[in-house]
Amino acid sequence: MEMPVPRPEILARKAELVERLLEVLPADAVISDPAETRAYECDALTAYKCPPLVAILPGSTEEVAAALRICHEMGVPVVPRGSGTSLAGGALPTADSVILGVARLNEVLETDYDNRFIRVQTGRTNLSVTGAVEEYGFFYAPDPSSQLACAIAGNIAMNSGGAHCLKYGVTTNNLMGVTMVLMDGTVLDLGGAHLEAEGLDLLGVVCGSEGQLGVVTEATLRILRKPEGARPVLIGFDSNEVAGACVSDIIKAGVLPVAIEFMDRPCIEATEDFAKAGYPMCEALLIVEVEGSDAEIDEQLGLIEDIARRHDPVEFRQSRSPEESAAIWLGRKSAFGAMGQINDYMCLDGTIPVSQLPHVLKRIGELSKQFGLDVANVFHAGDGNMHPLILFDANKPGDLELCEDLGSEILKLCVEVGGCLTGEHGVGIEKRDLMTHQYAPEDLEAQMAIKDVFDPKWLLNPAKVFPLASSDARRVA
Amino acid sequence: MTPNTEAELAEIIRGADGPLRIEGGGTRPIGAPSNGARLSTAAMRGITLYEPGALTLVARAGTPLADIETALAAEGQRLAFEPMDHRGLLGTSGTPTIGGVVAANVSGPRRIQAGACRDFLLGVRFVDGRGQIVKNGGRVMKNVTGYDLVKLMAGSFGTLGVLTEVALKVLPRPRSMGMLRIEGLSDAAAVAALCRSLASPYEVTGAAHLQQGPDGTSVTMIRLEGFENSVAYRAEALTRLLAEYGTWIFEADTDKTAAHWAHIRDVGPFQKQAGNVWRLSVKPTDAPGIVADLPGARAFYDWGGGLIWLLAAEGSGLSAARVRSAVAARGGHATLIRGNRSQGAFPPLPAPVAALQEGLRLKFDPRQILNPGLMATGAAV
Repeated sequence: MEMPVPRPEILARKAELVERLLEVLPADAVISDPAETRAYECDALTAYKCPPLVAILPGSTEEVAAALRICHEMGVPVVPRGSGTSLAGGALPTADSVILGVARLNEVLETDYDNRFIRVQTGRTNLSVTGAVEEYGFFYAPDPSSQLACAIAGNIAMNSGGAHCLKYGVTTNNLMGVTMVLMDGTVLDLGGAHLEAEGLDLLGVVCGSEGQLGVVTEATLRILRKPEGARPVLIGFDSNEVAGACVSDIIKAGVLPVAIEFMDRPCIEATEDFAKAGYPMCEALLIVEVEGSDAEIDEQLGLIEDIARRHDPVEFRQSRSPEESAAIWLGRKSAFGAMGQINDYMCLDGTIPVSQLPHVLKRIGELSKQFGLDVANVFHAGDGNMHPLILFDANKPGDLELCEDLGSEILKLCVEVGGCLTGEHGVGIEKRDLMTHQYAPEDLEAQMAIKDVFDPKWLLNPAKVFPLASSDARRVA
Repeated sequence: MTPNTEAELAEIIRGADGPLRIEGGGTRPIGAPSNGARLSTAAMRGITLYEPGALTLVARAGTPLADIETALAAEGQRLAFEPMDHRGLLGTSGTPTIGGVVAANVSGPRRIQAGACRDFLLGVRFVDGRGQIVKNGGRVMKNVTGYDLVKLMAGSFGTLGVLTEVALKVLPRPRSMGMLRIEGLSDAAAVAALCRSLASPYEVTGAAHLQQGPDGTSVTMIRLEGFENSVAYRAEALTRLLAEYGTWIFEADTDKTAAHWAHIRDVGPFQKQAGNVWRLSVKPTDAPGIVADLPGARAFYDWGGGLIWLLAAEGSGLSAARVRSAVAARGGHATLIRGNRSQGAFPPLPAPVAALQEGLRLKFDPRQILNPGLMATGAAV
């Protein structure tokens, strides 16, 4: 993965930079010892590592602004970092950059149940946002699988999703307002406890901008009352086509499940070996979850059963208790762990139109054979967000590169059938060089124009999202 | 000018030597009027893709909204954000288009639960002010590939580019619809009741309060949608939850319920009533206080209080400055939807936000020819 060459004139000014940062930040918030900056050398895309020049951990919006002002004046690139759980390399530093970690910004600032929002500092973890309101029966809907660790700042940067998006949407649909700091230290508020943008929807652009437009320090998030109950069913099929048709029929019938998860045979086999959830051995498996009161759940599941039966399932298992529900989810939730047990794996994140599911799975099978690497598929089937897991051996020379090449082919396939490169993980460095497959030069130009306005010197997380060749002229400026 | 294709549109914009007034169906004249040459998207029409099983629909910008609603209804689906029809309120005629709905980010009562137009917009194609064709987003429901210009285009009123195609997420139309209704509540009690209903697990999809119902007394309404049994169950649960506010009456008829909410959606109470009409977006519990600070105004509340529709009749003494300062005191914003359109209909912005918006407009439309000045803001208070 190519990254820009660190600029010697910045490396040479490290001492001055540290000194100036120490004027505006507490001593323990400025990390410059190479032994310690190594802790920030990568995120969850661990194949790529580079310690930053300095890491800082500001404790307030004002400190963030003061630190950014200094970096802006000195022309030092800044890489914002939430909890470092990005699978796309969104928080990967360069040797001449400052990592700005929001970990110390973790307070709940306001909870308002009448108006149904919570205002938090963005270093707070996703799950702890729900934790702050669940006593009153509320929750924060976006639930990325890293939710125990990932920070709201990173969720906003990547517009994170989760398994329940079909009903509740992703981060951008649940974000009401932010306080953010621009690269030049300007602090501004967008949105708030009210709905709708004033003028242009800048909040909508900031969400998902991968830390390239500003550092979001506070967020107003929509909270929802928990449903009375939720229950899954597990349905097994002897072909991917039939499972895909069943998903489509459920949706067409007017039932809106809160989640429809799909696993293919390689994934079922791996998770059974690992978690022994008692899944049927079949080609394709769906987990469909619905919400509401007991009677409402019964009614919806009854409809789903009618539809599923028309497709001759090899198994239809309805949960009758919380224990049975947990058992149904067990295999799905262990899928990634199961893969890790077998080998190293790379998790892809393309989205496809649901109707293309059988075709795409068939093509992935062929590509897997061609490259000689196993691929298992877990899939948010309701919204078409795929997570092909490619197994490889990091210790075997050339295997990572082979895996990346296969990953690229799969993502190009997603784009070809009308989908996209990434549904919820973000572009980062991982998919940066594939952007030209989805977007024409003028499409990328329009996106980069946004960054020109928010960060004219291109100092914030500069080497991400856009192919280096496209952003070259801007980054040098 | 009424181009038939995106390429023709791009050609027109590239060759334009003065301001252009972008129009879909021309039913939503909001913001400062432009004296530019009329450029209509009405001839670029047609649904280009509709996959009910994937909940997605793609249509050219000039497609009549009615065509889309008919196609969706045939499959038991709908646009869940419930776009308002502005014709009654603004006294316009013509055919609302999907491009106009998106350009103005038009939603309705269900916005409080389902989200706004922008939340259902999956992808756009547009021509910017330099005549460049740009696409962003796509036709799939989860997509974080690059920046989200889709949201930016929603509600940009043609000032950044002219939409040529939009992709939308659609949802199943529920089997039935019903509502709870109570009369005689004060604004404050009504908003408190509505907030409590929205904070319940009963999936309220409409929460409105009229200071004056048909017979002069106030009416508070809560809408429920879904399977028939489920609507009845939730209505009963809410009746118990909100018993302290009085006796709620359950209307189980889908068509009657729909008629009541179409009246709210289209600002029925202020149609054919003289005066300026304001749309205030506020924190719901602040709403009764804001209305109380504006004596002489008539108001009704949607979104559980979060949306105030305000009628300031001539002679009421309610200047733009008074309306804006009542909102500014608590947070939120006010837009003039009907009235003197040249006075800056959109809410004033803090300087750094205004600078970013101005910067974006200059990037996307460097010659400032697309609806120039339409989104002009009112004076800060």
